[in-house]
Amino acid sequence: MERRTFIKIGAGTAGAMLVPVFGNAIAAEELLNPMATSAKKALADTAMDAARKAGASYCDVRIGRYLNQYITTRDLNVQGVTNTESSGVGVRVIAAGAYGFAATNAMTPDAVANAARQAVAIAKANARLQTEPVVLAPVKGVGEVAWATPFKRDWRSVPVKDKAEMLIAANKAGLDAGASFMTANLFQINQQKYFASTDGSYIDQDIHRLWAPINATAVDKASGKFRSRAGLAPPVGMGYEWFDVKPEHKVRAAGGVATLYRGGYDIVEEARNAGRQARAKLSAKSVDPGKYDLVLAPENLFLTIHESVGHPTELDRVLGYEANYAGTSFCTLDKWESKTFKFGSLIVNFSGEKTTPGSLGAVGYDDEGVPTKRWDIVRDGVLVNYQATRDQAHIIGEKESHGCSYADSWSNVQFQRMPNVSLAAGKAPLTPDEMVKDVKKGIYILGRGSYSIDQQRYNFQFGGQLYFEIKDGKIGQMLEDVAYQSNTQDFWNACTAICDERDWRMSGSFFDGKGQPSQVSAVSHGSSTTRFNGINVINTGRKIA
Amino acid sequence: MTILNQEQTKRICERVLALSKADECIVSVGGSREGNIRFARNAVSTAGLAENTAVTVQVAFGKRQGTASINEYDDKSLEKVVRRAEDLARLAPENPEFMPAVAKQAYKESATFSAKTAAIDPEFRAQAAAYAIEACRKNKLVAAGFFTDSTAFSTVANSNGVFGHQQQTGLDFTCTVRTEDGRGSGWVKRSALDASRFDAREAADVAIEKALRSVDAKAIEPGRYTVILEPAATSELIGFMMSGFDARQTDEGRSFLSKKGGASRLGDKLFDQQVNIWTDPWNPDVPVLPWDAQSLIARERVDIIKDGKVNALDYSQYWAKKKGVKPTATPGNLIMAGTNKSTAELIANTKKGILVTRTWYIRLVDPQSVLLTGLTRDGTFYIENGKIKYPIKNFRFNESPVTMLNNIEEIGKPVIIGGDEVAYQMAIPPMKVRDFNFTSLSDAV
Repeated sequence: MERRTFIKIGAGTAGAMLVPVFGNAIAAEELLNPMATSAKKALADTAMDAARKAGASYCDVRIGRYLNQYITTRDLNVQGVTNTESSGVGVRVIAAGAYGFAATNAMTPDAVANAARQAVAIAKANARLQTEPVVLAPVKGVGEVAWATPFKRDWRSVPVKDKAEMLIAANKAGLDAGASFMTANLFQINQQKYFASTDGSYIDQDIHRLWAPINATAVDKASGKFRSRAGLAPPVGMGYEWFDVKPEHKVRAAGGVATLYRGGYDIVEEARNAGRQARAKLSAKSVDPGKYDLVLAPENLFLTIHESVGHPTELDRVLGYEANYAGTSFCTLDKWESKTFKFGSLIVNFSGEKTTPGSLGAVGYDDEGVPTKRWDIVRDGVLVNYQATRDQAHIIGEKESHGCSYADSWSNVQFQRMPNVSLAAGKAPLTPDEMVKDVKKGIYILGRGSYSIDQQRYNFQFGGQLYFEIKDGKIGQMLEDVAYQSNTQDFWNACTAICDERDWRMSGSFFDGKGQPSQVSAVSHGSSTTRFNGINVINTGRKIA
Repeated sequence: MTILNQEQTKRICERVLALSKADECIVSVGGSREGNIRFARNAVSTAGLAENTAVTVQVAFGKRQGTASINEYDDKSLEKVVRRAEDLARLAPENPEFMPAVAKQAYKESATFSAKTAAIDPEFRAQAAAYAIEACRKNKLVAAGFFTDSTAFSTVANSNGVFGHQQQTGLDFTCTVRTEDGRGSGWVKRSALDASRFDAREAADVAIEKALRSVDAKAIEPGRYTVILEPAATSELIGFMMSGFDARQTDEGRSFLSKKGGASRLGDKLFDQQVNIWTDPWNPDVPVLPWDAQSLIARERVDIIKDGKVNALDYSQYWAKKKGVKPTATPGNLIMAGTNKSTAELIANTKKGILVTRTWYIRLVDPQSVLLTGLTRDGTFYIENGKIKYPIKNFRFNESPVTMLNNIEEIGKPVIIGGDEVAYQMAIPPMKVRDFNFTSLSDAV
């Protein structure tokens, strides 16, 4: 489920104190001062030793330092700058065949040993209600290794003033272009994660992510109508060089209706286009409901992939572990076992991976110390695999985990989370403009809008940011009040064309929620522009009293 | 541990205020102890206890603000956090919309603490899970659920003499019960401030009954139906609508409460006469802190919708000053007036209709009309001649809460319901609503 965390974070209106944070606010100069690896190793060894002595058959220790910076701007004002830090240690054990977990923010040997003993006590208590013991897929210890997000410019070293000026410049461009109101935010994440386990791994990782969402709103006071256009650029797993845009980073949308970005982002240009298009939306034609061939840009399709492919192929949902919250899945084990379940048409191929540079999910190792990799989930339209962690791999006959374990904090237990899940590019040469030429009655949709799907991931209704009519092979006027409704299996079986590798790019979800207590994670989803024939489109325009 | 008393936190606040050299200083001290147990597939999957505390200091030099936090209370640490906040404030750009710290407020205590809830231990949590698990095993059903409880304190102070301290407790229990073959699913949610008002066995039985009754749901055509919406089905819809009550958004033309030409719908009768929604920090069912943690403004009882009329908008300090009105505290709870009728009575009074247990994955489709989409889940039933006749498949709806609250036929007795994606404590009644707009069917169980 794509949770509303961002909405809550972005809702603060004045002052950093209003921004909910994932840790304690800290001064900028302290951001660049990591804890020594040798000290982390000593703490981890202390915890593992205490766990073993208390009766654990397995123990892993995650020492985390999570640094975030949020900058929020509205029009020409900076509304808040917040630096946050959260540090501590989480200890997970298996004892008596059951899991136990405990965490402490006290980074002392006594505190982590106590946490380890507490985790063992919880495991033993849970074992009483356990129906089957935890079985972990083997992982070979990797010794002392390190991995870091490849980046050229560290966001932590860029002056806040420069960042704020960039956001304000974007807002000004949007206002000048026709928006009545503009917001631009910058979310910057650094996760310093140390993992150690009784398998013999000591893994030090330094992970960086960025997102700069903008939003333009145009108001026509005479008619009382208002419309917004959000940014189309993705969140990324890279450094501040994301904003060092070069001409080759710009992608022309079909018909030239928008500029899109891959590898670098011109936030000011995007804000200008958003301001102009928010104003244009006020007079766009309200869509006639009916069946249309949809041409979906990756900037729209990513969230459709996330909701209709990413979530239903999570093995914990399939098995029922999310039944009380995010739900279960229509991709039941019998469908996978049949090896014939037609998830989509023959050209539909999905893979899971946590290795693509620049993606939100890219890490060297997951939160169980499993090296990351790529694997097929849907091959030639058929469901062939799920996303699994160490304790699930044996259920689907896998000899090793897919590396899908993640916790959003040292204080939360790790569990199965979605990797990057992406649609493979089409094999035949095809550009978005060429794709449009074959469409008689269609709609071209860009950007993420309103998204909703049922708890087993059948019935969905998705919107977008920009809608353009396609008539007899040509992109025409802007449309409004568009949402497409379908059933996941029907939808992916209606996939008739996918643009080739030249058009493939990733967008992503920065605040994907799951679990109880709820945790957020970030993942990217890649695709090329893709066509779906005969999809039901509804008109969402309404009048209230 | 983390639950500090008033004397302890007052000392911390006084120390921080004395250390600050800024033009003004705001302090908040908070801590919580949260326990939980999660279960699925008729077994406990995780259980935990998390403790956390923080001192947050916000200072201002002119229109420049800085904020910093720390989780240690010795003099050296407090000095460090004050200096950090002051350093950040000096580096921060001026905020033209900066508003000074509020003047001394009178906070009338609200009853947010229950010793029984504070005493919840791992055995209590395990027993809550065990009731559901054992009853489901007996009935060949599968339970998944989550119980969580918290004990917390909150202290606020500023350099103008503001001071407030209170303890809070609360618990939430949700349980989904599914048949082994996956053809039926039922759900229940219970929220309480006081553990003595929570009965895990009663809650589990509700989910079990719904699961058993929901097997083999029939498909009926989407369309507009008379619906009986249980409180969990409407609470999030109403919560979504409340964001439109922001005065600035309304005045700027960006809310469903904005009118052509720049006016607002304040005073307009936008809802059915029976609709009364208010906020009240002292409500005995859903008490909340008597201050708004963001602005530190004292909360009051406010009628938001009165006899169907839009009665009040939320004014931030900045917008209130600009408009020459009194700023308001952000509501912490929402209470909707009801009657003494039970959901069963609403069903008994219905010739043809649909009972909806809960709604799911609700998203705003059009802020202009507050059009929301989402689905029914875990217990949707067809009613005929005052009786539940059979389970039906789930629907997707596209409906505005404004329209929903205009189409009310009958209201029942409010129940306490904690928000999921909406951050309010709520007391919301079941409602019978005509012409609720279901737009498609879902195969999900």
